[in-house]
Amino acid sequence: MMNFASGPPVREGTPTEPPPAIKAAALTVVRGPRIVLRSVDFAVPRGQITGLLGPSGCGKSTLMRAVVGTQAKVTGTLDVLGRPAGDPSLRSRVGYVTQAPSVYDDLTIRQNLEYFAAVLDPGRAAADRRHEHVTRAIADVDLTSHSDALAGNLSGGQRSRVSLAVALLGAPELLVLDEPTVGLDPVLRRDLWDLFHSIAAERGATILVSSHVMDEAERCHRLLLMREGEILADDTPDALRERTHSETVEAAFLHLVDEAVEAAAADAGADTRGNARKETAR
Amino acid sequence: MTTTSTHPARPAAAAPSPTAISASRTLATAARVLRQLRHDPRSIALMILVPCVMLFLLRYVFDGSPGTFDAIGASLLGIFPLITMFLVTSIATLRERTSGTLERLLAMPLGKADLIAGYALAFGTLAIVQSALATGLALWVLGLDVTGSPWLLLLVALLDALLGTALGLFVSAFAASEFQAVQFMPAVIFPQLLLCGLFTDRSNMHPVLEGISNVLPMSYAVDGMNEVLRHTDMTANFVRDALVVAGCALLVLSLGAATLRRRTA
Repeated sequence: MMNFASGPPVREGTPTEPPPAIKAAALTVVRGPRIVLRSVDFAVPRGQITGLLGPSGCGKSTLMRAVVGTQAKVTGTLDVLGRPAGDPSLRSRVGYVTQAPSVYDDLTIRQNLEYFAAVLDPGRAAADRRHEHVTRAIADVDLTSHSDALAGNLSGGQRSRVSLAVALLGAPELLVLDEPTVGLDPVLRRDLWDLFHSIAAERGATILVSSHVMDEAERCHRLLLMREGEILADDTPDALRERTHSETVEAAFLHLVDEAVEAAAADAGADTRGNARKETAR
Repeated sequence: MTTTSTHPARPAAAAPSPTAISASRTLATAARVLRQLRHDPRSIALMILVPCVMLFLLRYVFDGSPGTFDAIGASLLGIFPLITMFLVTSIATLRERTSGTLERLLAMPLGKADLIAGYALAFGTLAIVQSALATGLALWVLGLDVTGSPWLLLLVALLDALLGTALGLFVSAFAASEFQAVQFMPAVIFPQLLLCGLFTDRSNMHPVLEGISNVLPMSYAVDGMNEVLRHTDMTANFVRDALVVAGCALLVLSLGAATLRRRTA
């Protein structure tokens, strides 16, 4: 791949390509009696926006928690930015936004960000730099006019943007965003996606963003389609539509689900209870 | 929305060993906890005024027998900070766990020790204010008759506050809701209150109960206060009592640290 800083990187598969930002092999996660992720394999390329799509409860959040290293009982291989997931050196290189906004309701927006900035970049010497980062992160999520409002007094959408601003602090190399656009109006959603694209293009940051809204898929460079703890497809939106002869990503997803269900039924019929679950995608 | 900003890369110096305690991260955490409290003036007022009002009440409950007020009042100066800090810490850390901010912090380069020390520092500061006011009121307004130095009273009160913070932090790991957290107060504090020698000398109790009271930290807090009440200088017993309370606080704090997990199910 040529070393162009701007423009969406679309090429893939050339041998000189940098190693992927995230690489998973036989990744399995168990929560209580349930297997949430069943031996999934995938790779997330650097500098691109990868969308993680699937219905609620399919394991998207668990996969993201495994990537940032907060999920227990993870087996298999999971490398993030060249280190095993959860490695202490990754904690300042990965930004993470949980589905529910995780900010202090009894602090103002600015106070929230100042604290998290002090955790990321501590010390009195860094005070000016921190102030600059905080101001910019608030501007990035369009909350400058509210910066002195208590987080608890904000609307749901505003609080989730504060949560997002925390993850933007200090320019992480990888951003893991769990449904960041849920409950936002169309204008804000568009603006946030523009922001994601500019972060990926200008900083070369990698973004893994989950959603259960399929129309957001069109805005991603690559897609991971998930269903019931398995990855149905790992491809670009165009390639997906082409492969399944579908008009939209949503139709492509439904096509793949039907295929998976049929394959599972055929398997179950062929050898009752033998290997009922089989790799269906690819 | 501005989409043109190019953020400078995170400085490499920002990621030292995350297990080591960092003074600036600890201070930032303490400042954050105090800022949160500042947005809640009613809680501050309750924490600081309620012990004073209780002492005032107690003084006039025992209006006819000032000796009883001396004995109980001194013990209570040690017990109030323990109870208040227990309640405040257990709720505050439970909130931290349930709001997702704990998960976020532990996914960042923040050491567990930074977080715990930050909480201890913030609530310790508050405990100093609370104890200083309560001690001052008891000694100079309500006429509590203490032989030893008021500074020693304050020292024990501060150690008790730390113990309360430690217990609260530890217990919050076992509470799924604020309801449960509040219920832990009677479960953890009341038995100690009954057995600590506040109501009767520990040597008068049933031997089994006396044995139990020997392993409960609040007993040493009250013993320490009584040493100051009766002796002019720092006795060996006082030093032992203070060390036991401090040791318990540190032990429970490290148990509390073990309940902060970076990876959860």
